[in-house]
Amino acid sequence: MSAIPLIEFKNITKRFGSQTVLNKVNLQIYEGQVTTIIGLSGSGKSVLLKHIIGLLKPDEGTILFRGKPMAEMKKSEVRESLAQISYMFQGNALFDSLNIYDNIALPLIETTNLKKAEINRRVMARIEQTELTEATYKFPSELSGGMQKRAALARALITDPRIVLFDEPTTGQDPVRKNAILSMIAQYQRKFNFTAIMVSHEIPDVYFISNRILALYNKTIVFQGTPEELGNFDHPFNDEVIHSLEGLQKELTGLYSKRQFKMLKHVQLKRRESGENYCIAVFTLLDLDTIISVLGHDAAQEVIHSMGVYIDKHFGAIGGFSTRRKSNEFVTMLPFSDLAETESILKDFVTDFQAQGIRDIWAGAQKLAPSDKCVDFAILAGIAEGPPVAEIDFIIELAKSQQKEIGRLRCAAKE
Amino acid sequence: MEVTENNQHHTEAEEKYLPGMSLTRPFTFIGEKVIGWINVLGTATIFLCLALWKTFRPKQFSKVIAQIYYIGARSTTIIILVSLFTGMVLGLQSYHALIKFGAVGGLGALVSLSLIRELGPVLTAIMITARAGSAITAEIGIQRISEQVDALHTMRIDPFRYLISPRIIAAIISFPLLTAVFDFIGIIGGYISGVALLGLNAGVYSHSIQGNVDMKDLTDGFIKAIVFAVIVATVCCYQGYFVHMRKDSHGAKAVGMATTSAVVTSCVLVLVSDYVVTSLLLI
Repeated sequence: MSAIPLIEFKNITKRFGSQTVLNKVNLQIYEGQVTTIIGLSGSGKSVLLKHIIGLLKPDEGTILFRGKPMAEMKKSEVRESLAQISYMFQGNALFDSLNIYDNIALPLIETTNLKKAEINRRVMARIEQTELTEATYKFPSELSGGMQKRAALARALITDPRIVLFDEPTTGQDPVRKNAILSMIAQYQRKFNFTAIMVSHEIPDVYFISNRILALYNKTIVFQGTPEELGNFDHPFNDEVIHSLEGLQKELTGLYSKRQFKMLKHVQLKRRESGENYCIAVFTLLDLDTIISVLGHDAAQEVIHSMGVYIDKHFGAIGGFSTRRKSNEFVTMLPFSDLAETESILKDFVTDFQAQGIRDIWAGAQKLAPSDKCVDFAILAGIAEGPPVAEIDFIIELAKSQQKEIGRLRCAAKE
Repeated sequence: MEVTENNQHHTEAEEKYLPGMSLTRPFTFIGEKVIGWINVLGTATIFLCLALWKTFRPKQFSKVIAQIYYIGARSTTIIILVSLFTGMVLGLQSYHALIKFGAVGGLGALVSLSLIRELGPVLTAIMITARAGSAITAEIGIQRISEQVDALHTMRIDPFRYLISPRIIAAIISFPLLTAVFDFIGIIGGYISGVALLGLNAGVYSHSIQGNVDMKDLTDGFIKAIVFAVIVATVCCYQGYFVHMRKDSHGAKAVGMATTSAVVTSCVLVLVSDYVVTSLLLI
């Protein structure tokens, strides 16, 4: 992390008429990171984002870009700074009278002197990367919400910006597509190394891809730090915002968030005063990036989602609870089982998984993948036992070190 | 009314009924309205100047051509229809009026001068306002409320250069051309009713036109067409561009209100400016 923040807000206040939307907001955004601003709907997250791109001007306070106040910059400097930023609107803001190709090409046509052939090459590359080939010459109104989001993302990335602002990029998406969009943002952020600033209330999904979280509550920023640090943040924001959103998360995906997982683990273990051990199982989907590049984001997310549901279905029935720990990793806790019992449960799970589970997962992915594409994929599982006093992260690492392949699907087998 | 210390803090509702206030209220109302109009006039003038200034930027040609096609070429059919029947009814009415004075030989001059100096530019402007002007307001208005205009800002595409300038320039080019079409077809309409239907000699009709219409009549007509183009295009673009700032409505309703307002304001301003320009041209 560089010492000087890329963007810094100092005591920013914004009012619309008599209504104060932002009140003395202070924040820092660092280069090369994914920073997510979380907060409830209508809390002023989009207003905050619009200040960064210059669509709104603060009533009070200073915005600094690489340590320099924007208000004191020359017009050309401001232009140069803003030229590094792209913005993906919450409602996509695609031009409905232009087809997808023209929408994506627009910034290049209007703001560069590139030749037509070069523009075409760049646009087609982005269209392919965002899996919009079939929609190239369709109008936005002819596309699904998810495809429109991807078109908006492709347009935001077409000029190779250094900073990309995402205003609720997953709004209105189902859990699979929501994760696909977040994974796409994370993947492109790594690939193109831009600074991503995202506004979202997809908690805890955004934790997986964010380096820093900023919490907007009561018109001001009440927390800045890593997702892990947010876990220890003692503030009404946690009860009112995070817990309510995480509750919804459980309803949608059937999986607990990392935070809920930890809390539940704590409660479960407390109940076991006899000092009996508990078990942890860790499942990992191998080569996620290959799956994404061959089958696309939607199909890859479907694989992950189905895997999570399958694990939860099996282990939930015997008192286990699961969470997604990384983009391709699931952790299941079995508070009432010892190692021998867990081994036996896992054995049954593996038999069932090899016979049917992996095929079900592939069948789900196939619906969203191009019909001629296919990729080998494997799933690992490992278990470990720990005493109630042991740190769960240590037991998870132990389980990971014990991982073995429990299922592999080869292309030939799929055909 | 005796003002005691206790009732010095009047509520807003009470203030409306203070005796002194009721006398000044009409003046306050008129003053507010006038200041409002002056503000709008100033903003619209700056809006027009910015749009014209941004015309001279690269990559404008194709956009202007596209708008000429939309505002101009696609309005041709309706202009031909309206001008034909305007010319025919003008010929018909004028024939019966002139015959009373034995001056039916002047029908060609009456029809052509009425069309070239007055009806051509005015009716063309009103027809284009109804067809293209309303569409311009609605299109820009929808782009505004769906954040497409903001998206242009974020892509560093100047909305004035991209949306407004091409439309104003296209209107300035299209209005005189469509006025010429209107004049020509209108004169043919007058010929149909006067000569073909009522039996006036064709030579008398055309000779009357040739002898009475001079270059100044045509120039004045085209000057009016250009003035109307600037007014209509500016009003329609302005109403659409600032649709989000309307106080009377929001969203889709605001777009509807802005469209109505654009058409009504354009038509009124066309007629008012017609009188002003005519007066100036006759000096």
